[in-house]
Amino acid sequence: MTADLNDLYQEVILDHNKRPRNFRVLDKPSHHAEGFNPLCGDRLHLFLNVDGDRIADVAFQGSGCAISKASASLMTDAVKGRSISEVRDLFERFRRMVTTPSDCSVEDLGKLSVLAGVREFPVRVKCASLAWHVLQAALDREERATTE
Amino acid sequence: MTPTALSGAVLDVARVRADFPILRREVHGKPLVYLDNAATAQKPRQVLDALTAYYTGQNANVHRGVHLLSQVATDAYEAARETVRSFFNASSVQEIVFTRNSTEGINLVAHAFGAARVDEGDEVLITAMEHHSNIVPWQLLCQRAGARLRVAPIDDRGELLLDDLDAMIGPRTRIVAVAHMSNALGTINPIEQIVGFAHAKGAAVLVDGSQAAYHMPVDVRALDCDFYVATGHKLYGPTGIGVLYGKASLLESLPPFLGGGDMIRSVTFEQSTWNDLPHKFEAGTPNIAGAIGLAAALDYIRSVGLTAIAQHEQELLAYATSVVSEIPGVRLIGTARNKASVVSFVMGEVHPHDIGTILDREGVAIRTGHHCAQPVMERFGIPATARASVAMYNTREEIDVLGRALRRVREVFA
Repeated sequence: MTADLNDLYQEVILDHNKRPRNFRVLDKPSHHAEGFNPLCGDRLHLFLNVDGDRIADVAFQGSGCAISKASASLMTDAVKGRSISEVRDLFERFRRMVTTPSDCSVEDLGKLSVLAGVREFPVRVKCASLAWHVLQAALDREERATTE
Repeated sequence: MTPTALSGAVLDVARVRADFPILRREVHGKPLVYLDNAATAQKPRQVLDALTAYYTGQNANVHRGVHLLSQVATDAYEAARETVRSFFNASSVQEIVFTRNSTEGINLVAHAFGAARVDEGDEVLITAMEHHSNIVPWQLLCQRAGARLRVAPIDDRGELLLDDLDAMIGPRTRIVAVAHMSNALGTINPIEQIVGFAHAKGAAVLVDGSQAAYHMPVDVRALDCDFYVATGHKLYGPTGIGVLYGKASLLESLPPFLGGGDMIRSVTFEQSTWNDLPHKFEAGTPNIAGAIGLAAALDYIRSVGLTAIAQHEQELLAYATSVVSEIPGVRLIGTARNKASVVSFVMGEVHPHDIGTILDREGVAIRTGHHCAQPVMERFGIPATARASVAMYNTREEIDVLGRALRRVREVFA
């Protein structure tokens, strides 16, 4: 397999795709949104329990490709317990990571950095970003988000 | 079609491939294996040459000027219409309207036929395997007219349930709109039978031939359909050019679709009168080069021979079906007894998009997604499929590359 495919489908991503974390429904979420990627038909429901300005709990449901599912799973792990302003900032840094040209260096975002390989695959950036768009929509109390 | 073209000579795939310059390129350092033909076909040199010849030696506006070039361009454009007429065996060039694509052809009929014939309480019948382009224009018509859109069902193989379809054509059914061949499933529908059902109850029939016309000979008079639409870019021609066939008597009775230049006989601020067929339905400067390129593509198809093409593609389809079926976890979507070109499938838990990305890195281009047929995906309970589709220039070796690339997918997602 070519090197960039190995970068895209790293073990961590395949693991999160197979066993997504926080893959459940929250009964009475304080925030909720759903997202849709019209290109591939990915659908994602995101549930949040926000306590004060902190994300106390987060969960998701949906169907999608390995990249979108793993990204949603990794995101839920990354944002749980963080403040809303930290999360918005993280989204911005994540967005920068997956859209910076692949020959430029990018900030290390810890576990989220496994998704940096998506930069080699421009049509897949939307897959990696979907969960973050839905999170932003949920925080903005919009019910729907798309990658368009 | 000439007798020689019908003789069924075996297709010389190496010779055909030599006519398609793009097939010599590489993607990601691998030879291109182009199996996305149901989305669009590649273009032979003959089409590219016709476009260049038109723009370098003939370009002018049509049906307007007294100068020589305008006459040359008009003659070439109208000769292209004759080539299309002959390809589909229509009775007259009056019955051949140039459009942008199949979608525009269907919209034209939904507007013009809809305005003349579809009233409140009437019904339009489509099928569960239609592309969005043969759903949405009818939905819009039904909303405008207060008519009812009905949908004939398909079975688990992806075949129309013909008894149900027949039973759904009622006294209020004004038109039946059906794909000749399904883009998502590959199913070929028995058009003559469906036309028989519809005409027995006084309903017109529009056939969406987008997928069919480059895989099998199409004879609109034998089918006896009222309208037939096709799109040039799937017929190895340019994008932005399509064809609507309509029976002359029917087209004659319909109001125009788009208004503008070329479609009128006379214009005053009080009233305008319409040009003769087919020009009544061709408002504005048409895609002249596109029509000429399409005619070159149809000539090319006939020089290879549609019977030989169909036979070659059927062999490839059978081989591709067996190669794809052998991959662990694969489920074929669309297993109709009569189908062409298309192998649509899902692979266990692996999303089609991931299949598409991995195949792309092996040089293999396929389509992944809902194929603009979301109701078909819903019918089979899946969000998307991976779809390989063959054309005249594909080879068994390319199907082997597809098979190896699909095994790579299995390795990645082991």
